[in-house]
Amino acid sequence: MSFAGTFGLWMAVFFTFSIFSFLYKDNPFYKFAEQVFVGLSAAYWLVYLYYSIMLPNLFSKLISDFKGNLILLIPAALGIMMLMRIIPKTQWISRFPIAIMIGTSAGISMVRYAKSDLLSQISATMINPFAAVSVSAVIGNFLLIIGTICGVYFFYFSKKQEGLSAVPSKLGIWFLMISFGASFGYTVMARISLLIGRLEFILKDWLHIIK
Amino acid sequence: MKKLLLVVGLFLCVYVQLSASSLFWVEDVPWDEGKALSLEWNVPAETVYLQKADSLGAWDLIYAGAEKKYKDSEVNPQQLYTYRLIVPRPEIGDSISFIATAKPIEQWFYLHKLSFLLILLAVSFAIIYYVNGARNGKDYFIRRITALDSVDEAIGRATEKGKPILFVPGIGDLDDIQTIASLTIMSHLAQKAAEYDTELIVPCRFSMVLSASREVVKEAYLKAGKPDAYKEERIFYLTDDQFGYVAGIDGIMLREQPAANFFLGSFYAESLILAETGFSTGAIQTSGTAQASQLPFFIVSCDHTLIGEELFAASAYLSRDPQQLGSLKGHDFGKVLVILFIIMGVVTEMAGWHWFKAFFEGAQ
Repeated sequence: MSFAGTFGLWMAVFFTFSIFSFLYKDNPFYKFAEQVFVGLSAAYWLVYLYYSIMLPNLFSKLISDFKGNLILLIPAALGIMMLMRIIPKTQWISRFPIAIMIGTSAGISMVRYAKSDLLSQISATMINPFAAVSVSAVIGNFLLIIGTICGVYFFYFSKKQEGLSAVPSKLGIWFLMISFGASFGYTVMARISLLIGRLEFILKDWLHIIK
Repeated sequence: MKKLLLVVGLFLCVYVQLSASSLFWVEDVPWDEGKALSLEWNVPAETVYLQKADSLGAWDLIYAGAEKKYKDSEVNPQQLYTYRLIVPRPEIGDSISFIATAKPIEQWFYLHKLSFLLILLAVSFAIIYYVNGARNGKDYFIRRITALDSVDEAIGRATEKGKPILFVPGIGDLDDIQTIASLTIMSHLAQKAAEYDTELIVPCRFSMVLSASREVVKEAYLKAGKPDAYKEERIFYLTDDQFGYVAGIDGIMLREQPAANFFLGSFYAESLILAETGFSTGAIQTSGTAQASQLPFFIVSCDHTLIGEELFAASAYLSRDPQQLGSLKGHDFGKVLVILFIIMGVVTEMAGWHWFKAFFEGAQ
């Protein structure tokens, strides 16, 4: 391995152990690794955003065909307005691009989520529970319908949840908690695979204990 | 005589054309985005072969079978498409072919999305109705959201201890509706923090979120009548990198030791790292996200968690602002509609009336 490769490997091992040292308690090694990580990633993203977004989507297009890309002057102007925050007297100008961003985001999100989450969920729940081939599938269909209705009802804020009206709400939170439990187990498994990846790096690439 | 022959000839041509078009025809699917053509044929055959001319005029087989119609969704608006229907005639050892052309046209209204429009209109009108009602002084009831009652408790604890409050607006950018919901809650929180002279720390992942957060907090301090207490440097940018951002916040939690942590907004794989570190510092923690996959981590490691929709209801609940209250009531109306539609859909499916479900499926 070249000197640069070896140096890189030892650096990766050093930072891995420095981050792992946090499991004991906060210490200078963790602090150092954290500051390097934050600083490097901030610089990396600045360069990345410039070369992957601003240069190809704005500067290159305006330089190669200015007349054909006049529309790009609008986001460019909004970007410059955002930069006005640097000067205290012109800070108010940045409110316009923020307002445009929030307004358009809310509008686009409303249509997107209403379509993907709301309508898909509604039509997917409109099933004939008895159409399934086995008894367990019929039970599963009933659970799907009851779980969805009770889950939605749990988020109904206009009525006090007491007496009979508390029943679907309580059922709803039970359904939610069971699904969260399943999701928790599934994600923990995925996290274990991340840990295995790091341990594999130390034992295989660095120490060559395993092949 | 020549004239008569000409008329008869013309008549025959028209007749053949008409009879051919009544055997195989292509039509634009009406009221759509111009991305589908409907092909139908009325020829007696066990198997037919349907071909489509590509840009060079070569025929590609797109269907072979016994059906009497076919919908081609692999088309672009305003382009002319040519199709050939081949009907084998084994009794004469040959085949007959028919050719038809059509152009898909994009319409202003996509009728298959009508259910989507109707639901949006119904909910929008409900929101406008309730917002007007709230503005006219109508007092709307909102049930207790336990996690939100902890907000004042957390601020009080931070004030008593003389320690700061940490507010993390998630890792989403400003185009994420959860970030916007988070900022509205932050406005209420910042106002309370200003009233009690408690320091508020807000690390941000994106520049747009940073700018918006500064505006929101500054305005909250102005509302509280303490503009001088506003410290811009306490609302700062960390890094765009997901785990770099988390590492930075972990460091803040360990060194600044905030008495109350708020994780509200869009969170992904970093949720447990954040919440566990906060838990180890002994801070009172309130979290909230609409990311279903991250909620379990917040539930196990935070004192209070806003689940999904509760995050969006939070700002109305906390502020009691008529506009937000009305909006929340409108959302509740939407939820009742959803429950009703599901029940009606299940009943109609059980009765074998599939048009009701198809009406909703078409909008997707």
